Amino acid sequence: MEIFVSQIMTGLSIGSILLLVALGLAIIYGVTGVINLAHGEFVMLGAYAAWFLQTQFGLGLLASLVPIFLLLALFGWLIEALVIRHLYDRPLDTILATWGIGVMAQQAIRLTAGGELRYVQMPESLSQSVNILGATDSAYRLFILFLALGLFALTWAIYRHTNFGLKLRAITQNRAVASSFGINAGRIYRTTFAYGAGMAGLAGALVSPLKSVSPEMGTTYVVDAFMVVVLGGTQSLMGTLASSGILGELSGYLAFYSNDTIAKALVLLAIIVLIRFRPQGLFTARLRA
Amino acid sequence: MKSNRRSFLKATAAFGTVSLVGFPHIWSKNSSLAYAADGEIKVGVLFSLTGTTAIIEESLNKATIMAIEEINAAGGINGRKLVPVVEDPASDPATFAEKARKLVLSDKCVSVFGSYTSASRKAVLPVFEKQNNLYWYPTLYEGRECSKNVIYTGAVPNQQQDDFIPWLVEKFGKRWYLIGSNYIYPKEENNYCKKLLAELGAEVVAEEYVPLGHSEFSSVINKLKAEKPNVIFSTVVGDSVVALHRQYHAAGLDPEKMPMASLTTSENEVAAMGGEAAAGHFTSAPYFMVWDSPENHKFVDAYKKRWGGDKVTHFVSEPSYFQIYLFKQAVEKLAGSDISPNAIREAVKGQELVAPQGKVRVEPENLHSWLWPKIGQCQADGQFKILKQSANWLEPSPYKAYPNQHCTAEGLKQS
Repeated sequence: MEIFVSQIMTGLSIGSILLLVALGLAIIYGVTGVINLAHGEFVMLGAYAAWFLQTQFGLGLLASLVPIFLLLALFGWLIEALVIRHLYDRPLDTILATWGIGVMAQQAIRLTAGGELRYVQMPESLSQSVNILGATDSAYRLFILFLALGLFALTWAIYRHTNFGLKLRAITQNRAVASSFGINAGRIYRTTFAYGAGMAGLAGALVSPLKSVSPEMGTTYVVDAFMVVVLGGTQSLMGTLASSGILGELSGYLAFYSNDTIAKALVLLAIIVLIRFRPQGLFTARLRA
Repeated sequence: MKSNRRSFLKATAAFGTVSLVGFPHIWSKNSSLAYAADGEIKVGVLFSLTGTTAIIEESLNKATIMAIEEINAAGGINGRKLVPVVEDPASDPATFAEKARKLVLSDKCVSVFGSYTSASRKAVLPVFEKQNNLYWYPTLYEGRECSKNVIYTGAVPNQQQDDFIPWLVEKFGKRWYLIGSNYIYPKEENNYCKKLLAELGAEVVAEEYVPLGHSEFSSVINKLKAEKPNVIFSTVVGDSVVALHRQYHAAGLDPEKMPMASLTTSENEVAAMGGEAAAGHFTSAPYFMVWDSPENHKFVDAYKKRWGGDKVTHFVSEPSYFQIYLFKQAVEKLAGSDISPNAIREAVKGQELVAPQGKVRVEPENLHSWLWPKIGQCQADGQFKILKQSANWLEPSPYKAYPNQHCTAEGLKQS
């Protein structure tokens, strides 16, 4: 029983980290169609921002979450304004450009912050473990789980219930028609890109106390994020939520009953098989073509 | 200087050539002198400054450069300055081989200091064997290699484990959980560990490998909770070490009941995981930054002065530093015209030196080093407390897990 509960919590915890990392990517890809290979570097920059705010200004992790979101959103906004907006409808070029931005971000961090692993402190109030149905779990992991769900709900609310969200959905369905109704697609895209980058930054900051902070940390996250988005369906927020949960539980269980190496291979295999029979992913937005 | 028949013959021959031709500069085209032309000795420095392992290799580069600067500031080697040729192999084994070829063939370096990972050492090995040059490898590694073109100054499994494993079994118990990153180094270390555990009558409850760079250990931690081993023997490397410790700590596991015993957790990793996550766990290595010796105080002070007060020295940067001095001692024995990779290898055999960790020696048979294993327990301030040092320096036996193989000066022998 104890182990069973532990395993469910583990799966949820892995899933929540996947959700955090994938959310920004899903929004950017779902709305603008840009395959953002620099997404992992946005995550990495968020982690470094947490480290920087902590070492330079003595700001705790919780207090720095809002500044980090704003910083990374600003960064995303600039990247969109300077590079991405010239490359819409040229998917191959955006892949190359975002890849290049990622490499530059990595090297810039290496040159300024140095190559060594960095340390971000876990908030004192969340560093103990708590008891759930006889199983102990890290309070910080639970905090990430709830925060990830909260951020998802916020994103969902913006998407479904605001004027901005309405325009967003209109553009996603048909950009030309939406533009002819007076929606400024360029501005919506830029805001979306900034929001996605901000989310990625938050993800980086939040995982930094559990994992390590290094200039290359983004590479693994971008792969995970793409797996989530591809499995969930590229235009469905609910799909992102569901597929994070599925992948989290699946890799948690497989790793428990075999080991992490095999779990990773099997999960990847399962996704490949699924994509073969359901290329659009598990969930699809209903569109009138 | 000891004079022997060979150097006498060489000197006579040289004198004869000079007096016969009368133009010393023609003689300077002699290939062996090319290694020490214009009062300079070129050496290669091959540590990754970019890519995944740059995190650690940068510090090895720094220790190497510092030793070279110190030697030059003190007048060089017999008046000759060391000129480091620094290349960045970018954490990629293929690039390692390419840069090694450049250093040996086009820069004509007489030796190259480099590598952290075994993969990169294996990649450059053919270059050094084919060109008969010398590679100086400072990292602790899995052993099971016998090359006359590599000088190994890091520990091999028997040096890290012979004292460590029995000590842990006695102190904590006989149920062991082995976890490592999925590549050759952890597997070889575990091979040797299992051999020792079997002799001690201890039990391996699980042996598991995670992918390189893995950072999600929650399932592993659940398994630890279920198995309740006495000791977790960890050969997880790089940023995974940091993730494993932090998640172990966050999950509320207790190092007093289930400590992690590691061969790869140094001050470097501890700085990144924070003292609270590292405290209470054990590492076995020949060197710790807190080691109390005049040579080490000098090394640590110089390192901080040169590279910044927040920098740490650790069990791979220390050999990176002292191996340059071994190189110096070997070259000092040679006349300028004799400086060549071959002559340096012969000269370094049996060389002794008081390194920061203690007095080390290059074993003439297998070119590995005699070292001083220590057991350290990590403290909340991020430094280790040294609990035990081996009674004597320990012989390197790179094939100890394979009793019928022996590394000798003539190569690998089967028995």
